[in-house]
Amino acid sequence: MKSWMKTLCATALAGLPTLALAAGAFEGEVTKQATNWSAIIMFFLFVAFTMGITYWASRRTRSASDFYTAGGGITGFQNGLAIAGDYMSAASFLGISAMVFDKGFDGLIYSIGFLVGWPVILFLVAERLRNLGKFTFADVASYRLQQTPVRTFAATGTLVVVALYLIAQMVGAGKLIQLLFGMNYSSAVILVGVLMVLYVTFGGMLATTWVQIIKAVILLGGASFMAFMVLATVGFSPEMMFQKAVAIHAKGISIMSPSKADPIDSISLGLALMFGTAGLPHILMRFFTVSDAKEARKSVFFATGFIGYFYILTFIIGFGAIMLLLNQPTMMETVVKNGKEVTQLIGGSNMAAIHLANAVGGDLFLGFISAVAFATILAVVAGLALSGASAVSHDLYASVIKKGKANEADEIRVSKITTVVLGVVAILLGLLFEKQNIAFMVGLAFSIAASANFPVLFLSMFWKGLTTRGAVVGGFIGLISAVALIVMGPAVWVDVLKNETALFPYKNPAIFSITLAFVFTWLISVLDKSKSAVEEKAKFEAQFVRSMTGIGAAGASKH
Amino acid sequence: MNEDILTRVQSNPKFKELVHKRTRLGWQLSILMLAIYYGFILVLAFAPNVLGASLSGGTTTVGIPVGILIIISAFVLTGIYVRKANTEFDQLNQQIVEDAKQ
Repeated sequence: MKSWMKTLCATALAGLPTLALAAGAFEGEVTKQATNWSAIIMFFLFVAFTMGITYWASRRTRSASDFYTAGGGITGFQNGLAIAGDYMSAASFLGISAMVFDKGFDGLIYSIGFLVGWPVILFLVAERLRNLGKFTFADVASYRLQQTPVRTFAATGTLVVVALYLIAQMVGAGKLIQLLFGMNYSSAVILVGVLMVLYVTFGGMLATTWVQIIKAVILLGGASFMAFMVLATVGFSPEMMFQKAVAIHAKGISIMSPSKADPIDSISLGLALMFGTAGLPHILMRFFTVSDAKEARKSVFFATGFIGYFYILTFIIGFGAIMLLLNQPTMMETVVKNGKEVTQLIGGSNMAAIHLANAVGGDLFLGFISAVAFATILAVVAGLALSGASAVSHDLYASVIKKGKANEADEIRVSKITTVVLGVVAILLGLLFEKQNIAFMVGLAFSIAASANFPVLFLSMFWKGLTTRGAVVGGFIGLISAVALIVMGPAVWVDVLKNETALFPYKNPAIFSITLAFVFTWLISVLDKSKSAVEEKAKFEAQFVRSMTGIGAAGASKH
Repeated sequence: MNEDILTRVQSNPKFKELVHKRTRLGWQLSILMLAIYYGFILVLAFAPNVLGASLSGGTTTVGIPVGILIIISAFVLTGIYVRKANTEFDQLNQQIVEDAKQ
C-alpha cells in the first residue's frame, strides 16, 4: 500500500446521495496527501498532449463557426465519443462505482436513469435541433420568436446551469486533486481554471471536442482493463463475483436487490435525468458540431453505446471493489464521524475505483487512473466554459445588443473575453465554496435544465401555438420554481441550512417544476392575442419544413 | 426559405409521407423506451421483491439481467431508428429537396 493513502484520516469524500445526480461533487473535508509523482507525471503528459492539440486547433479556428462548432466538421462517431465524454465525468466514474460499492444493485438504477434520456433525445429532438440551429440552442428556441426576450431567457438559463455545474466541478476537482496528487486545494482550482481558459480561447470547439474524445478513449480503456481484471479473478463468472461480494459485504444479500425508495421521488428523478439531459446547453451545443442531421443521429447512437458500456463497466468495478478491497486491512481505515468510530475504505467510498486500480494494476496503473480522473474534470469544464461563452457572445452580444449586426471578429473576441471572465469567476467560486456543502448543485443544474430550457426548446419545435410571451414567462417560471423547490427541499433546507424539517418533502422537484413550466407556457401562449403572436404562429410552417428536411440549414464550413 | 420552395415542399406528397413515417416511428420508439424505463421505476417503487428474487437459485437476482437488458435496449432502439432514418427517410428527404429545386 502506498504511504500517501495510509496517511489518509479525514472524514473524506462522504455522502453518496451526493452523486445521485450525475457529475456530482465531492463533499466533506479532505486531507492533503503526500505527493503522488506517477499520477502527476501522467497528468502532465495528458496536459502537454492536449496543449499540442490546442495549438493545432488554434491554427484551424478562424471564423465564428470554427470557434463555436468546429466548423461543423466533426463526424458522428467522434461526436458520439465527445458526448459520451461529457457524460462520463469524474463523478459518474468514481461516484457510480462507489454507489455500487456501498449499495450494490441501487447503483445500476442510477446508471439506467442517466442513459435512457439519450434514445428519446434522438427520436424526438436531435435532427430538428440540427436542422434549425447554428451555434446555440437559443437559435432554435428563438427561430420564429422575438430575438431579444427569448435569447435573454435562453442565455440566462444557460449561464445558471453552466455556473452551477462549474462550481460543482471546480470544488470536486480541488478535493480530488488533494486526495490523488497531494497538491493543495487552491492551486488545484487555479490550475483547472487556467487550463480551461487556454483550451477554449485558443482552440475553441475543435480543441474542446478533441480533449473530450481523447479523455473518453483513455477512460473507457482504463475502465475496460479494470473490469477485465476483476472478472479474471473469478474465472469470468458473474455468479461467482456476486457470491464473493455478498459473502463479504456488511449488507449481505440485500446488495443484490433494490432498496426502498419513494415513488414520487423516483419518478421525479427519472424526469430530471431524462429531460435535464435534453436541456443541458453544453450537450445540446454538440449537435451543431456535425455536418448534418444524419451525422447528428449517428452521434447519439454511438454516444448511447459508449455510455451504456461504461455503466456496465462501473457496475463490475463496484462489485470488484467489494470483492477485492473490502475487509483487506491495508485498504481500510477507522475514522470518527459525528462522534462515532466508523470503519471505511481509505479516503471513503468514492475512492473505490482508485484503490481497485492499485489492486489490479499496481502503482503505475493507479497513477494512470488518477490522471484520467483529473483529465476528465478538465475536459468537462472546457465544454461548460465554451457553452457559457457562446451564450454571452452569440445570444446576448451579437443578437440582443447588436441586433444581429455584430461583425464576426468582434463576436469571437467577446467570446474569448467571456471565457477568461468565466475562468476567473469559476476559480473564485471554487475557492469560495471549498468548505460549503455543494451536494445539491448538480441536481439543481439538471432540474433547471429540465424545467426551464427543455420545455421552451421542445415546444418551440413541436407546438405551433408557442408565442414569445408564453416561452419567456413559462421558461422563467420553470427556472424559478426549480430553484425555489430545491432550496425548500431536504437537500438545501435541511442539509445546508440546518433546519429540522424541509418545507417541501421531495429531493427531486422536477415532476412539479416541469409541469408548471409546460402549463404556464401553454396558458400564456393561448391567452396571447397580440399581433406579434399571430405572426409567430404563422411562421411555424416554414420552420417545420426546415426542421424536417434541413432545407436552409447551416452546413459544414469548407476549408 | 422563399415562399415558392415552401409551398412546393408542403404540397409534395412525399413530404407528407416523410413527416408521417418519421414522426410515427419517433413517437413509437419514444413511448417504448419510456414504457420500459417507467415500468422498471414502477416495479422498483411498488414491487421491489420481483427484482430481488433469485435467478435460477443462485446469488444473481432477476434485477441484474433486467438492468443490463434495459441498457442494451436503449442502444438497440437508437440503432433501429438511425438505420431507418439514415436510409429510407434520408432517401425520401433527398427526393423532396431535389423536387423543391426544380
